Amino acid sequence: MHIDMSYGSGGKQTTSLINEVFVKHFSNPTLEKMEDSAVLTVKEKIAFTTDSFVVTPMFFKGGDIGKVAVCGTVNDLLMMGANPKYLTTGFIIEEGADLNELERIAASMAMTAKEAGVQIVAGDTKVIEGKGGIYINTSGIGEIEKEGISISSCKEGDVILLSGNLGEHHAAIMSHRMEIENDIKSDCAPLKEIVLNLIAAGIDIHCMRDVTRGGLATVLNEVSSSSACKVVIEEKALPVSPQVEGFCDILGLDPLYMANEGKLIAVVPKADADKALQVMKASKYGENAAIIGKIENGTKVIMATPFGGNRVIDVLYGEGLPRIC
Amino acid sequence: MTLEQVTKELKGYKGRTIKIMEVCGTHTASIFKAGIRSILPEEIRLISGPGCPVCVTPSAYIDKLVDYSLKENYQVLTFGDMMKVRGSKYSLTQAKALGGKINYLYSPLQSLALAKENPQINYIFAAVGFETTAPLYTILLEEMEKENIQNLKLLIAVKTIIPALSYLCEQEEIDGFLCPGHVSVIIGSKVYEPLAEKYGKPFVVTGFEGEHILASVYEIMTQITTGDFKMKNLYTSAVKEEGNEKAFGAVMKYFEPCDAYWRGIGTIPGSGLRLKEEFQKYDAGSEEAFVEETLPKGCSCTDVILGRIQPIECPAFGKRCTPMDALGPCMVSSEGACGIWYKNR
Repeated sequence: MHIDMSYGSGGKQTTSLINEVFVKHFSNPTLEKMEDSAVLTVKEKIAFTTDSFVVTPMFFKGGDIGKVAVCGTVNDLLMMGANPKYLTTGFIIEEGADLNELERIAASMAMTAKEAGVQIVAGDTKVIEGKGGIYINTSGIGEIEKEGISISSCKEGDVILLSGNLGEHHAAIMSHRMEIENDIKSDCAPLKEIVLNLIAAGIDIHCMRDVTRGGLATVLNEVSSSSACKVVIEEKALPVSPQVEGFCDILGLDPLYMANEGKLIAVVPKADADKALQVMKASKYGENAAIIGKIENGTKVIMATPFGGNRVIDVLYGEGLPRIC
Repeated sequence: MTLEQVTKELKGYKGRTIKIMEVCGTHTASIFKAGIRSILPEEIRLISGPGCPVCVTPSAYIDKLVDYSLKENYQVLTFGDMMKVRGSKYSLTQAKALGGKINYLYSPLQSLALAKENPQINYIFAAVGFETTAPLYTILLEEMEKENIQNLKLLIAVKTIIPALSYLCEQEEIDGFLCPGHVSVIIGSKVYEPLAEKYGKPFVVTGFEGEHILASVYEIMTQITTGDFKMKNLYTSAVKEEGNEKAFGAVMKYFEPCDAYWRGIGTIPGSGLRLKEEFQKYDAGSEEAFVEETLPKGCSCTDVILGRIQPIECPAFGKRCTPMDALGPCMVSSEGACGIWYKNR
């Protein structure tokens, strides 16, 4: 069955869509009250964020737009040292969208929310003219577990850790779009366990960032610029799977600039670095974690190559596109 | 010799300034990626040559693609890195935002499936590149013939490297060449021998790893020091003396040499490939897309790709010309010299 404009009318079909798809999958006491606002209980200090998701294709190896919509917002809360508690979600659905696909997306969101320990407590649905696309917004609230984590708090001598292999989400999406057969799966995942384990282990985290659009290169440039420091990374220390490396070689793409949906960097004092690495490696989604570089006095992001050379790592300009030859 | 010894020798070079041109854009990208320039002394200068197909494609060609994309029932298909280069007015990315119908593909063969699925759409494939990509167009043409595909045509801008190398040797002061690795897989290493002999310069065929490039630069330095100039193939794992005769033979079934216009350089006799008369029905008007033109005022891309100046010596570099708003083609392509220098500045 396909969604038509009547599903967005606010009438009977809207109610049935909400009840039979969203409430069914997101069920929790707050949502089921169906009040104009969700009434929530939180600790004193909260983190609050929002993000919108427009992935094409909507389903890909390792995930779907619903999973990404939950992971994206949950991970943004975690990066501020917050434990995610509640999400809201807004759907903009183009007429012609497949109802079964929408339900698959809702089920995937519910499963990911469960893993991340958050409840989806409020939502909105709009149906617009179009060709069957689905777009999702999620907003989230998390309770601050550790204060003071900030992109501007990195200090000379700090060490940079990366939680796993680069480029997997981007490579999975591009493989799908280009109909290239391979085993690359999106890394899309909620990073709650890694972050809460680091906090529980008493690591003095100065900065955390999830590595999403623009890739590691963009995140490190943000660190350099916000903390007014030089970032030095070792090329040979960067974890990249052989499949993604091969894919990038063929297409002329660079894993440094490719999007991820389940990776973070953590900047910690040198004294905490080895312990932080052990904690990451022992956490779910952190088994390929590595120490990739350090913070020095100066400016720019510099990569040391295996040949004893170095190069400046700049931000991404425009869209990363495959080359001709 | 070990890599460490090679690096030490190169670092210790104290002779006259040597200008080495890497002709291939992928070499330029590898040199950047491995940080090779930061290892070499001032006296060994690596120049990015005209081997980036995007950089040397004239703006009239982009304009023609833009026009097609905006026509009713037409769609343009292209490789990704053609998207950002501006024609006289718009790039394909900008044309897409204006409603142009443009898709980028990984392989030309994907265009076959599209043409069969959507017979009501006329597809124009942007067939740019060098000898490396020409065999793929041959396979595409074979399939188009076999399946009698009527709604797919090629806008062709295929260039060949040997005439361009001769031109560079005649016109410019370049001391040695890193021959293009991918192109050499197709055309072989032997074709560079007459050039090395005639012009008394080193021609070294090389791969794309950092150590391959360092070893090739060392080979060129040694040939210049000893005065013993020759072609040397240091990429024997992939490049045979005769190349891939089957692939290039198939190319010459459909194509014939023609004069070609290189943006920023001019027309180089015999440096292009066009469809033979009997296959012209598959051509989307390629000849009209080649118009002699001057680069935008203030753009020094010509001097950059011919190694007369370093990108940073162009007055527009980083000021009027950046990757976000490029004046000339070398700033916009991922393999263009100026773009690479800008990102590494």
